[in-house]
Amino acid sequence: MTGAELGLAVSVFLACAVEAVEALTIVLAVGATRSWRSSLTGVGAAALVLAALTAVLGPALTALPINVLRVIVGALLLIFGLQWLRKAILRATGAKDLHDERAAYAHETDAARRAGETRPGFDPYSFTIAFKSVLLEGLEVVFIVLTFGANQHDVGLAAAAAGAAVLIVLTAGLAVHAPLSRVPENTMKFAVGVMLTSFGTFWGAEGAGAHWPGGDGALLALIPAVLLFALALVALVRRRRVPARVALSDEVALRI
Amino acid sequence: MSRLASFGRLAWDFVVGDDWRIAAGVVIALGATALIAGTSLAAWWVLPMGVAAVLVLSVWHAGVPGR
Repeated sequence: MTGAELGLAVSVFLACAVEAVEALTIVLAVGATRSWRSSLTGVGAAALVLAALTAVLGPALTALPINVLRVIVGALLLIFGLQWLRKAILRATGAKDLHDERAAYAHETDAARRAGETRPGFDPYSFTIAFKSVLLEGLEVVFIVLTFGANQHDVGLAAAAAGAAVLIVLTAGLAVHAPLSRVPENTMKFAVGVMLTSFGTFWGAEGAGAHWPGGDGALLALIPAVLLFALALVALVRRRRVPARVALSDEVALRI
Repeated sequence: MSRLASFGRLAWDFVVGDDWRIAAGVVIALGATALIAGTSLAAWWVLPMGVAAVLVLSVWHAGVPGR
């Protein structure tokens, strides 16, 4: 396995694991509160839609000329990667609350209870919530699988990494029968953000006609550079937020 | 029409996300790279610089109060 293939597999695995943990919380909440059968039917239906999307869009993407493909792949990976990285940095600095799976589970359970009585047999509420959560969380993973896989001409490896992540999260979720609140989601999001941003920068620049010094070896410098830059940004924002908080509390104290 | 509008909104949310500056900045940085790559100058450094600027701008806008 080459370094790029390893990067592909790790990035897709982590991205898929994070999204699967979030979807699992919602499915567990509606399943336990209302109807397991309808929730799991919703999960199955969403998985079919996602698989069909991968099967249709995968060959279409790989048929594109290499430079066009790299620009599209680079742009999408950069947009997704920078969004993941932004969110992870804001959470690491305290500017945004960490994603709390227990709180999300409690919220979904409460909403499911307030959604009226469960009908015998098929429960549309459970189906719809499970379907939507898996589809929306999975959509981004499908795009990551397709863009990484198409560019490396290995959609199969990307899909296998995504499948492995789903299988592990599902097995863990069924074993503990509770939301996976101990998974270090923000660290995983940070790592995925760094990888997507690095690969997106590399392929995007190549697709736009630039030539990297050192060829493919430039990725070995790009990934740690993005990581260090993101960590420096965390430290900088933390430092700027502390005096701002102190100034704000002084202002409040003066008003009182 | 409302289905089309809601699909458009979903697609916008999906691609653009929480901060439109990221998508706009990436498109501008890729365009600038392509422009410079068409000259005799080295263009590999343009996209990393653009990406760094976009990330700082977006994080600063959301994360630093009273910036």
